[in-house]
Amino acid sequence: MTDRELELTVGKLLRTGVSLAAAVVLAGGVWYLATNGAAQVDYRHFTPGMHRLLAIGTLPPAEVAIQIGLLLLIATPIARVAFALVAFALEHDRLYVFFTLAVLVVLLFSIGTSWL
Amino acid sequence: MSALEFSVIVFAVSAVAGFLGSLTGLGGGVVVTPVLTLMLGVDLHYAMGATLVSVIATSSGAAAAYVREGFSNLRVGMFLEIATTVGAVAGAHLTRVVPASALAVIFGLVLAYSAWVSWHPPKEGDGSAPDPLAARLKLDGDYPGPRGRIHYRVARVKAGLSMMFGAGLLSGLLGIGSGAMKVIAMDRFMRIPFKVSTTTSNFMIGVTAAASAGVYLSRGYIQPALAMPVMLGVLAGSLVGARQLMGARTRVLRAVFAVVVGLLALEMIYNGLSGGLR
Repeated sequence: MTDRELELTVGKLLRTGVSLAAAVVLAGGVWYLATNGAAQVDYRHFTPGMHRLLAIGTLPPAEVAIQIGLLLLIATPIARVAFALVAFALEHDRLYVFFTLAVLVVLLFSIGTSWL
Repeated sequence: MSALEFSVIVFAVSAVAGFLGSLTGLGGGVVVTPVLTLMLGVDLHYAMGATLVSVIATSSGAAAAYVREGFSNLRVGMFLEIATTVGAVAGAHLTRVVPASALAVIFGLVLAYSAWVSWHPPKEGDGSAPDPLAARLKLDGDYPGPRGRIHYRVARVKAGLSMMFGAGLLSGLLGIGSGAMKVIAMDRFMRIPFKVSTTTSNFMIGVTAAASAGVYLSRGYIQPALAMPVMLGVLAGSLVGARQLMGARTRVLRAVFAVVVGLLALEMIYNGLSGGLR
């Protein structure tokens, strides 16, 4: 794969990720407003833990759909880094395989702790 | 306010912020949080969570367009990401212990600085010598110019890396992209050409924000019903903004944006100091 093809593939990956995430969030949003549009909302006070990822099962289904869209969005840059890792590995660029792996470890560590 | 009214207002505000943010190059996120907290009374942590998500959307959306033009430097981005992601995770964990009033003051100072940068765009590099470390790390690169590719060499690698840790820290602490600070680190300190700096920064913003996102998810800062109109609004606004031609009006827009951001900065600092935000 040439560098040019690589860039085009990365562009496609990013566009697909964002479009898919936006479509899921939009669908979830329409569902949420259709079922909950008249309810009063108040975001004045932060309730620790209420919306943490581990509590996703306690949320109404429309909000779960939005959250899944947001997770797809968060996964997009991570997939981009994973893609760069493969590209550097194919180029046998050991130094950058190491750097990219370090970034990926930090990202996966952060996402891993989101379930705590 | 009903959920429908609230979502429509937040969508409209976010779309305007995304539009202005993409035209001025400052990113929409930095104004969404103060508008949500100061005008709509949203808790600072929820506002930060919603904004962080919108930052990932605009960064990835814009990067998709830029990557094809061949300006961004993947090696520079990936190398500096080590510092920004570690900084972002540290900053996101700090939100647990730093009181909201202090976060508001820090946010205000960052806004004031953004207004200053918007008013006085950063000048070109100051003539530091190329860093031998940059050659060893294969950071030097080239970008498409009018007559073939233009080569550039990278200076002050360590200074740039330290600044990127700071940019990541602020990003995680405040839920913003801190694109302005990333561009300054690359353009001013490392002497990377402006267009390469802005496009590489754009790619880095999404990865940095994703590093904070895990911590925000575990703390419950990302409230889906609030993040939904913010993310869709900022994304829509920035896509429209990116299609606008850069003309003479950009100067006027930059000035207007600088004044708006400056006022938000003052109000954010005032609210933090007077204990209006908890």
